[in-house]
Amino acid sequence: MKKKKIGVYICHCGGNISDYVDVEKVRQAVEGEDIVFLAKTTMFACSDANQREMVNDIEANGLTSVVVASCSPKLHLLTFRNVSQRANLNKYTYVHANIREQASWAHSDNKIGATEKAIHLVKAAIAKANYAEALESNKVKAQKSVAIIGAGVAGMKAAISLSNKDCEVILIEKEPFVGGRVAQWNSLSTTTETGKEIVKRLYDDLITRDNITICTNSEVISNKGSVGNFTLKIKTTPRYIRQSFHPEDLTRAIEVCPVSVPDEFNFRLTQRKAIYKNYPGEYPQTPVIDIKNCTRCGACEKVCPAVDFNEKEEITEITVGSVLMATGFDPYTPGYGEFGYATSENVITLPQFKRLIDEQSGTLVYKGKVIKNIAYIYCVGSRQTKGDNTYCSRNCCTSTIHAAVTAKSKFPDINNFHFNRGLRTYGKQEILYADSLRSGDIYLQSYEDGLPTVTIEGNKTIVKINDILTNGKEIEVEADLVVLVTGMVPRADNKVGTLFKLPKGRDKFYNEIHMKLRPVETVIDGVTIAGACQGPKNIAESVNSALSAATKSYSIISKGELESEPLVAIIDQDKCTWCGACEKACPFDAILKVEDKGKIVAEINNSVCKGCGMCAPVCEPDAINVTACSSTEIMSMIDTLV
Amino acid sequence: MGELNKKSAKILVFSTEKISDPAIDMAGLMKLHYPPTVYTISIPCSSGIKSSWILHAFEKGFDGVFIAADGSDCVYGETCTEKTGALVGKTHELMKSNNIDPARLRMAAICSVCSDPFVKQVRSFNEYLLKTLHP
Repeated sequence: MKKKKIGVYICHCGGNISDYVDVEKVRQAVEGEDIVFLAKTTMFACSDANQREMVNDIEANGLTSVVVASCSPKLHLLTFRNVSQRANLNKYTYVHANIREQASWAHSDNKIGATEKAIHLVKAAIAKANYAEALESNKVKAQKSVAIIGAGVAGMKAAISLSNKDCEVILIEKEPFVGGRVAQWNSLSTTTETGKEIVKRLYDDLITRDNITICTNSEVISNKGSVGNFTLKIKTTPRYIRQSFHPEDLTRAIEVCPVSVPDEFNFRLTQRKAIYKNYPGEYPQTPVIDIKNCTRCGACEKVCPAVDFNEKEEITEITVGSVLMATGFDPYTPGYGEFGYATSENVITLPQFKRLIDEQSGTLVYKGKVIKNIAYIYCVGSRQTKGDNTYCSRNCCTSTIHAAVTAKSKFPDINNFHFNRGLRTYGKQEILYADSLRSGDIYLQSYEDGLPTVTIEGNKTIVKINDILTNGKEIEVEADLVVLVTGMVPRADNKVGTLFKLPKGRDKFYNEIHMKLRPVETVIDGVTIAGACQGPKNIAESVNSALSAATKSYSIISKGELESEPLVAIIDQDKCTWCGACEKACPFDAILKVEDKGKIVAEINNSVCKGCGMCAPVCEPDAINVTACSSTEIMSMIDTLV
Repeated sequence: MGELNKKSAKILVFSTEKISDPAIDMAGLMKLHYPPTVYTISIPCSSGIKSSWILHAFEKGFDGVFIAADGSDCVYGETCTEKTGALVGKTHELMKSNNIDPARLRMAAICSVCSDPFVKQVRSFNEYLLKTLHP
């Protein structure tokens, strides 16, 4: 074997690595290795300047392989493989060492230990690089189709974006209607369009496109395969109403339905029937029968021939190249007694308040009482010091001020009192704050250790605060209505996330690979995330991420084939005695029994071999190795790690 | 080894690129600390680990070997669990015949979000190894 000339680059990652790992000590520990030609530290290995320097080093010194010790290979393996390629090195000669997630961060409590570990990890990577060979990628056929899970604004917008490309789109929505949370809103800030109008505009566009299939009342129940070829099973629950119906019959059917259940669409402020539409212009236009609450009394069938209880649940199977997750969020539900929630009838949440002002005109009335003083208590369920939700929900300051301004313009007699912990109306949303101040809203502020209190005194609801804007003076407001400004939390129903094994961050929302560099990709190859399933976002931010995720999902499958790792099993036919154990172990029928020089031996069909290595441990004469993962490579890494 | 590492056993982890690697990376991201003498080697699938690798690790001085197995999430198929179990069983027998305590080889299914379970596993394995090998 020709002696290797390896270049080693050890990254500070700003301070993410070098705050805990002594990178210079790592460099010194490896620079004397026999096959290491040069060893450098760098502030950001991924920077353009360093990449150019690497290319120059490879070309000027005739390096045969490069090792970068930096962050997880999930983030930059491809970056540095491409650097090697640009310097005319085979990209599979590149070896990555993860000294951030697996050293500096994992052992930030032990700098000596983290440095020792980093040295071992880099030495192991050098040992692997010593055996790294030039390889050619395998090509795998990829379906040019994307499944989008969730037909809220993010999912719908992503579907339209993908539809503009040469791509089939399957838009899967668990609810009977599209639109998600945005369909629940009327007026929105920074636009004159209502939420419902936005949903209508998107839906009208979607249905004109031949390459989009919309599946409502449908959920993904199983997932097999991987990037390029995900096979999904979709369960569609019937609407129990045939598509062709007479609108008047349906109106009568809804009227005669005797069932009355709390309407989740209106945040349980109102009741709905078992046969329903959330609002008249909702899409798809066919109503649905909520079979869980339907008593099967038959009243609707008598007045509407389109009702059909014989419709059956359907299971369909689709294969797609990529999956775009846009499953949205749930509003936070305050705990029992939290700022008087559920213990005082004058306390409601922000989503309920928004529905309330949407539905009323003239005088604002709640539970028969005319509302004059409204107290908004901010950061309920967000920025918690006692509780899991330590994050800021981003949009609730703006949403509250928008609701307050809307309420004031609609009901001029009201007074708005904002009990906040510092306002975050960033960017153009600051205009709303100025509007609110001009209309006379009062802002009272506290820190997290001096939250406002809500007390019930007779039929009065008193909100008190030690206002830091007036030097801690105790101020109280007798509120007719207390609005708890609740933030966003991850969906309680996370079955679909579990199905795809999508990782969640500390905030329990789905986690991207890197918030700046790979903001819509997940560690599950081929699965992207968009909208508020990733974390609190407003509509504009959700749409931005949806467009980004759509482009990323398309870029994965756009060529109709994927480059896969050139991992295949290799048989040492001198050692092979054909016992058939490898053939039995292979899940892909990639092992053939052939005659070679008068001897029966195993042969690998490289076009179907996936390089899993299942055949290798069962081979008694140890005649099988997997490329880039051979016994020689693994054992040489073990030798350096111990 | 640094002063702080005296109480850590040397553990070699075989982890898989698509399933358990993300969980171990996320443990770092979340600063869930575990002994720094836990080293990971990435492989495509846990059912491709050879007994000879594990025995080599013990021979070279590792106190324990932990297989962060794909379990039912394996991208290469459902037989992974059974095959990984079989290679662990086979290796346990080989360890016994080489007078190595079979409990020094552990396996647990670590899915792509199993950061907490991974950290709990290696911490408890570390304690076991320290108690039995370095009392």
